Amino acid sequence: MKLANQTLKYLSVSVLVVIALWSTIFYLFMLEAIHDNIDEELENQKRLIIKELSSNPTVAPDLEFGVNNYKVREISEQEALKMRNVYKDIMLYMQDEDDPEPELEPVRMLTTAFEHQGHFYELSIINSMIEESDLIKNLFYSVLILFVLLVISIVAINKALLQRLWSPLYSFLDQLTRFRLGQTDSGPTMNTKIQEFKDLQLAVSTLIRHNEETYEQQKQFIGNASHELQTPLAIMINKLEIMAETEGFSAEQSNTIADVLNTAERLVRLNKSLLLLTKIENKQFLHNEDILINTLVSNTIDELEDMALFKNVSFNFVQQGKLRIRLDSSLANIIVSNLLRNALFHNVEGGEVNVTVSDKMLRVANTSLHAALEGEKVFSRFYKSDASSKGTGLGLAIVQAICHLYGFIISYTYENNRHIFQVNF
Amino acid sequence: MKILVIEDEKELREILRTSLVKEAYTVETACDYASALEKISIYEYDCILLDIMLPGGNGLQILDQLKEADKSENVIIISAKDSLDDKLKGLELGADDYLTKPFHIAELNARIKAVLRRKQRDGKNTLEMGNIVLDLSERCLLIGGAQIPLNRKEFDILNYFLLNKNRLVSKNALAEHVWGDNTDQADNLDFIYSQIKNLRKKFLANQATVDFEAVYGIGYKLIEK
Repeated sequence: MKLANQTLKYLSVSVLVVIALWSTIFYLFMLEAIHDNIDEELENQKRLIIKELSSNPTVAPDLEFGVNNYKVREISEQEALKMRNVYKDIMLYMQDEDDPEPELEPVRMLTTAFEHQGHFYELSIINSMIEESDLIKNLFYSVLILFVLLVISIVAINKALLQRLWSPLYSFLDQLTRFRLGQTDSGPTMNTKIQEFKDLQLAVSTLIRHNEETYEQQKQFIGNASHELQTPLAIMINKLEIMAETEGFSAEQSNTIADVLNTAERLVRLNKSLLLLTKIENKQFLHNEDILINTLVSNTIDELEDMALFKNVSFNFVQQGKLRIRLDSSLANIIVSNLLRNALFHNVEGGEVNVTVSDKMLRVANTSLHAALEGEKVFSRFYKSDASSKGTGLGLAIVQAICHLYGFIISYTYENNRHIFQVNF
Repeated sequence: MKILVIEDEKELREILRTSLVKEAYTVETACDYASALEKISIYEYDCILLDIMLPGGNGLQILDQLKEADKSENVIIISAKDSLDDKLKGLELGADDYLTKPFHIAELNARIKAVLRRKQRDGKNTLEMGNIVLDLSERCLLIGGAQIPLNRKEFDILNYFLLNKNRLVSKNALAEHVWGDNTDQADNLDFIYSQIKNLRKKFLANQATVDFEAVYGIGYKLIEK
């Protein structure tokens, strides 16, 4: 959820709660004030009525609320002495202007007693009240309108604020998303006066610097280690080659030398592959030129022909279109060569390799003894489907690194008992 | 033929010397920048193997000096650094070739022969051994004067062996040279055997005086019978 929406969610909920609470309290206070007001009025009327009644020699009982809004009833002295001023809410049938028929409506009634010339009377005075339901209804609507207006203003203010205050953050975020370690030259920056944002930028740039240092060190280490290994490996291989020329070795001795030599060659290949990976990641190959992949594929198939013949594997090359890509020629060669060699070396006797090139992609499908490989792991360094394989386990990692460098997409699928590698350019 | 090996790593220097002496070259060595400069200013060499990273200076500076003396065209750079920039710079300074360590002895022999042949410029572009002649311009094989058809791979293989007469050529070296460099896979190289067998059949059928000698597990030698 976006920051703007989240803020809105919390603000509107809390505003709703605050307004609800506030209007309840307001309602209660208002009711109290109204009652006080009415009671005062009743008290006032009481005095006026008693004064009016007392002006006559006798008080005529009036048992119904009539025009006068009061009734008088004679009572005994005992009753009168027990009497206090009592305010009560009662319901009476009344007909307002807008009512077609009389309706039960709340009224406030004061019941009191007074004495006149030795007689005691009970006096009840009524005063109409504001209908509470009307009050609540009105109050509810005003509160609702207030709430809606508040939320609208919050949205507007929020939006304006976000645009002004948070825009550095959003731009920073955008830069950070596009940031790639070792690929982007400068870290994300933010033009702001807000302290928190400044702190964030400082923290992020420190983090990036540390990461870059580590990344650089790691890259340098692999590169240096591989370089340093070249000369000892050269000595080893060349010494063995010279030694193997010595006459008079038995077959067994000769085979042992061959084994050591082959192992050393494996080391060389491994080392070269690591160097190649480092170079690709360091972008040391950027002599881009237009390459026609179709030609590259047929040349590579040609190169592999003897091996394919020996393994009894057939190549089928289908050209659906011309694939012309701008990239470094040696890297283009590596992509095609590694994919085709893989397809050949992991094949079975009598199997086949189907290569398809269209104007957008290169697809290599091969039969194999192995069942489907683990989709993502296939491209990781030193992944081997078969532990006895003498490959470096770096071939596909190299292809993937090249694809990453140029933004090509490589994928692996397994269909109809065939391993399929596809590069979309 | 006189060859100078400029290489700081003692072991490698000695192996190169041993191998080059087998090829009947006169070999001199230099182990650092100063001694290398001294040697090239005093003597003439038919071929110079030059390591780029040297104690006391950069091999490219030596190349620069050689270029000024117009003697840089017979230099083969041998470097542990497979860097395109170095390669381009070296070739720009007139070096003939660039070989990345580690390399096969057979490959070095082939490259040296190529440099020496270019230097001779006597118009003869053939490799000979016994009664066979490999014509590099026409890309054809003559055995006892009769032309024998070869396919492209067979020609390349024989060419490589003729640049390494009587020397052991390992299967790895041959595979790299003939079937391409960027082999990531080390599947078995037995397919080479069938290629050698085909060549051998042609030798036998045409009474060639040369033959392949197998060295168990490692590779083959082309020898005169």
